[in-house]
Amino acid sequence: MPLLQIEHLRKRFGGQIVLDDINLDVNKGEILAIIGQSGSGKTVLFRHIIGLMFPDAGRILLDGEVISSPTTKAADFDKYRKRFGILFQGAALFDSMNVGENLAFPLRELTGLSEAEIVKIVGESLEKVGLKEGFKTRMPAELSGGMRSRVGLARALVMNPEIMLYDEPTSSLDPIMTDKINDLIESLRERMQMTSIVVTHDISSAYKIADRIAMIHEGRILFCGTPADIRKSHNPYIQQFIRGQRKMQYAVRDEETWGLPFNAAGTVSGLSPGEEASAPKLSSDNPAP
Amino acid sequence: MTGVLRLVALTGEQGISAAGAVSRFLRSICRFSLLVARTISRTWLIFRNPDLTIVQMFNLGVGSLPLVAVIALFLGSETVIQAIYQMAGIVPMRYLGVLVCKSLTTELAPVIISMVVAGRVTTGIAAEIGTMKATEQLDAMQVLRLDPIRYLIVPKMVACCIMVPVLVIAGEFIAFLGSILTVALSVDMTMQTYLSGLRLFFSAVDLYMGIVKTVVFGAVVALTGAYFGMEAKGGAEGVGKATTRAVIAAAVLILVFDFVIAILVL
Repeated sequence: MPLLQIEHLRKRFGGQIVLDDINLDVNKGEILAIIGQSGSGKTVLFRHIIGLMFPDAGRILLDGEVISSPTTKAADFDKYRKRFGILFQGAALFDSMNVGENLAFPLRELTGLSEAEIVKIVGESLEKVGLKEGFKTRMPAELSGGMRSRVGLARALVMNPEIMLYDEPTSSLDPIMTDKINDLIESLRERMQMTSIVVTHDISSAYKIADRIAMIHEGRILFCGTPADIRKSHNPYIQQFIRGQRKMQYAVRDEETWGLPFNAAGTVSGLSPGEEASAPKLSSDNPAP
Repeated sequence: MTGVLRLVALTGEQGISAAGAVSRFLRSICRFSLLVARTISRTWLIFRNPDLTIVQMFNLGVGSLPLVAVIALFLGSETVIQAIYQMAGIVPMRYLGVLVCKSLTTELAPVIISMVVAGRVTTGIAAEIGTMKATEQLDAMQVLRLDPIRYLIVPKMVACCIMVPVLVIAGEFIAFLGSILTVALSVDMTMQTYLSGLRLFFSAVDLYMGIVKTVVFGAVVALTGAYFGMEAKGGAEGVGKATTRAVIAAAVLILVFDFVIAILVL
């Protein structure tokens, strides 16, 4: 059974449908990347998973237990929150506290641990994200974007979550720091068997770290499969997105041809001779990804 | 005929727009009331984290003292000058102290000093909480199961309820000093006459009433800032609008509660 199941999730704001029948499963120990354009609904989906929003219809199940539905209240969700760790886009560190206090705050308030144990856990969490103990006295304003992300990740780890969610973890980072954060996400899975959901529009990061990629478009899951599968997809919108093209260059005839692999001749296979004539062709201007 | 239809359409549009504004206003009052109720119901939790309240008392209270001192000094002086102008030829000058004492203790010092504190503190709270919302720090607190009302708003409200009366007491003392200085330097009156006037109808009840209502003003200062900060939408522009709305609402609510308390007590 999948660890997390999202079933027929719908959400609208006023007259605008933001999530429209989302169905998605997340398996234990996997890294799932949710990709999509800005405004596609991925952040709203993310906020539903972490209990900051609740759906108009549909439900979310964790280990088969319903954790979010139209009748769920924020207080009802609280008992599940400890199973989730969240890294927000800008890390969302508390400005008025230094790094050590940021990490220790939830431990001091929510656990009965002694100060010595808290100091030990804070040090271990910083070590997991590759930061030294000396960082504990730094204020968030003194940190670079990459360091903030790592401290945010360390803060999420102090409560030992089962599922890590990342909201655009690399969106404002340089390529080297992006690679470091991606390595961290992978290493957490290897070291702690952590399940991860990464919301991103950085397709190269998704290719690198994800076991599966779910693409959301206009509030629907357009595609869900391995990075290799998404590369092979013939959906024109998916190809436009993963290639970062401004215009759709594919002219796939209709939805029935989506997902069919290209054959050696560069045409869509599985079509009748008549259909092949109108199907897209690969060219030097339009190579396979 | 077309003109009449246009007029009907325009009236309808204006009506819908006005109904929308009234609906938004009523919704805001409900949300504000809910925040007040939630904050008050968590007030007892300050004893678990007294340090948070002490820090806020220092930042919001002690930090406002220099500003309050300057305002109070001029408030006392200005009250003397205005009182002399109003009394001239009507009331004997030996009653100058009475008028200054009554005006400062019952109304001027509590209201004006609370408004000055609101100008500094309400905007600060709205900007702080609005920025925390814009940078997802409030969401981070929620997902970490750290209640933002308990950890952010309750300490600020308790600090303001304690420190605004303290600032008003300090301000009244400085305002009296200002009035004495003004009498000594620019009024043709002996200091003994003025001081005996100050004591003549002095009532401790006036002083207590003036101070007790500042506890309510302290809550207004903190809660309006917190409410508009939490309602801030968008980035820097949203935070800017929230701070402006917060200080306007605080000023209006201070006057409204001053009126209500006066009606209830006097």
